[in-house]
Amino acid sequence: MSEGLTWTVYDANTMTQAEIYGEVLCKLGELDDKIVGLSADLANSTKIGKFGKKFPDRFFNVGIAEQNLFGVASGLAKSGLTPFVSTMAVFTAMRAAEQVRTDICYQNLNVKIIATHAGASFGQAGTTHHCTEDLAIMRSFANMTVIVPADGIEMALCVRECVERPGPVYIRIGRGFEPTYYEDEDYGFKIGKAVTIKDGTDITLICCGITVLQAAEAAKILEENDGLSVRVLNMHTIKPLDEIAVMKAVLETRRIVTFEEHNILGGLGSAVAEVIAKSGKGCAFETVGIPDCFCVVGYPEDLYTHYGLDTDGVVSKVRDVMKIEFEEDEDWEDEV
Amino acid sequence: MALSEKRIQELKQIAKGIRKDIIDITGWAGGAHIGGGMSMVDIMVLLYWELAKVDPKNPDWEDRDRVILSKGHAGVGYAPVLARKGYFQFELLKNFNKFMSPFGMHLDGCKVKGVDVSTGSLGHGLPIGVGLALGARLQKKPWITYCILGDGECNEGSVWEAAMAASHFKLTNLISFVDRNRLMIDGGTEEVMALEPFADKWRAFGFHVIECDGHDFAALDNAIGQARAHTAGPCLIMANTVKGKGVDFMEGDVKWHYGGLSTDLVAKAKESVDRM
Repeated sequence: MSEGLTWTVYDANTMTQAEIYGEVLCKLGELDDKIVGLSADLANSTKIGKFGKKFPDRFFNVGIAEQNLFGVASGLAKSGLTPFVSTMAVFTAMRAAEQVRTDICYQNLNVKIIATHAGASFGQAGTTHHCTEDLAIMRSFANMTVIVPADGIEMALCVRECVERPGPVYIRIGRGFEPTYYEDEDYGFKIGKAVTIKDGTDITLICCGITVLQAAEAAKILEENDGLSVRVLNMHTIKPLDEIAVMKAVLETRRIVTFEEHNILGGLGSAVAEVIAKSGKGCAFETVGIPDCFCVVGYPEDLYTHYGLDTDGVVSKVRDVMKIEFEEDEDWEDEV
Repeated sequence: MALSEKRIQELKQIAKGIRKDIIDITGWAGGAHIGGGMSMVDIMVLLYWELAKVDPKNPDWEDRDRVILSKGHAGVGYAPVLARKGYFQFELLKNFNKFMSPFGMHLDGCKVKGVDVSTGSLGHGLPIGVGLALGARLQKKPWITYCILGDGECNEGSVWEAAMAASHFKLTNLISFVDRNRLMIDGGTEEVMALEPFADKWRAFGFHVIECDGHDFAALDNAIGQARAHTAGPCLIMANTVKGKGVDFMEGDVKWHYGGLSTDLVAKAKESVDRM
């Protein structure tokens, strides 16, 4: 299936995540005639339209009707096909939440959802088009896999891998103007397995999506200016979460900061906190994300700065967490 | 070919049996959506005993016709149809609604053989039907997708999103029914949220609509024959039915949308069906 598929040719600096997704899907479509595409009048915005142009018979635009979009995808999957569905994250996770849950997840169908314009990436559009709740919603649906790729390269890798993963998958990306982190695809991407961007022993930054690049830069600053050894984990898969990587961070660094473009409730931060709480181990912990509010309006970069979702914001939070004092018991067994 | 009078009599007997099964299951379950289960019996009997190409011995047969009970709450009326067709033992339905039972009141396709689509939340069946019909056409599969909707269900906007799509994509391999029993939970359909002119609404969405008596096998068979012969787009059979059909003390009474039956009422209800 994967034979002949490599994406190192892509110039990740000039192609957006969504454009790469469109290209990848076209290539996958050549290899697998079971792949079909669907959108709801956002074929061009979400770039699934590239697939539609190449395979017009295998592409269905259902108009501005997201409930029907996911119902139709369910039926297509039941007929033996592998639908890729693209619309904005806000309409996927909320307008059509019940269809995604009941028609797709409950029946454990092979539907791959590429949700775009997530987080505050379409900040200027206002709250109706922001989506800072989708990870909380999607990870609560049984059978669903939830992925937030760091950039276009990772997008290509997870789209390729999700075809071979049975069951529903939710892949969340931004509007497509985000800078890239990876330079090539040879870093061992695997769904459900965190990528260690940088090892460290004083504190762990756990991030996903656009925050991977910011976290990596923050780690450098903290090392150079504060002498801290910062571990950075790219937790691209929010569900199933790589609990082992989180546990290792708890045991080996004892301080964790999560970093995500999502409400601080219910997303990556909550998923990590659940593992820490279950561990019974002492661990200083903080979340960086959109506070529990509706985002103000503005261009994404202004919003990221406003909410501390940037290098300065995360550096400042790490410094706060390094000041938290708690008794470190060398004998972890005693703390259970 | 039209149904013979002999065959119609046979189907009537089968339908009577299914109605008594529904009464039994409602008694065992402690309560069920008996009113809407009874109103659709004749549609389901005609589909499963006469028209739909299905094989209970091979429930996942790739080329089978697909049946979607979009009014999923009527699972109490669907389960005995599947049992009597041989998908599973009827005795298993004594466990309907019980702890860990595969048979909840809304049937789960992952647990119940013969159920193509898990339904229950209203307004979901027709969109899935559009997907199944598109999938069949794309893969050059011969199957027909049958979708049974409730009339109250058609308050849901997603039904009309799907109707628009079925017409846009000219899905001639999708045949839909509305079980037009004129009652929902809170009262009559026209009092709670008026549907009329209901058939015209479907026509305006591009459907060829055939209205018929949903308890008359010859009329239903004729309607489905017309629907299959129609090649310009999707068809809808507006089957005029009576909620609680067959049980005199339930017919047309909104309170029997959902209810339980004591041993005495089970007996009375069956006697009423016998008099049909």
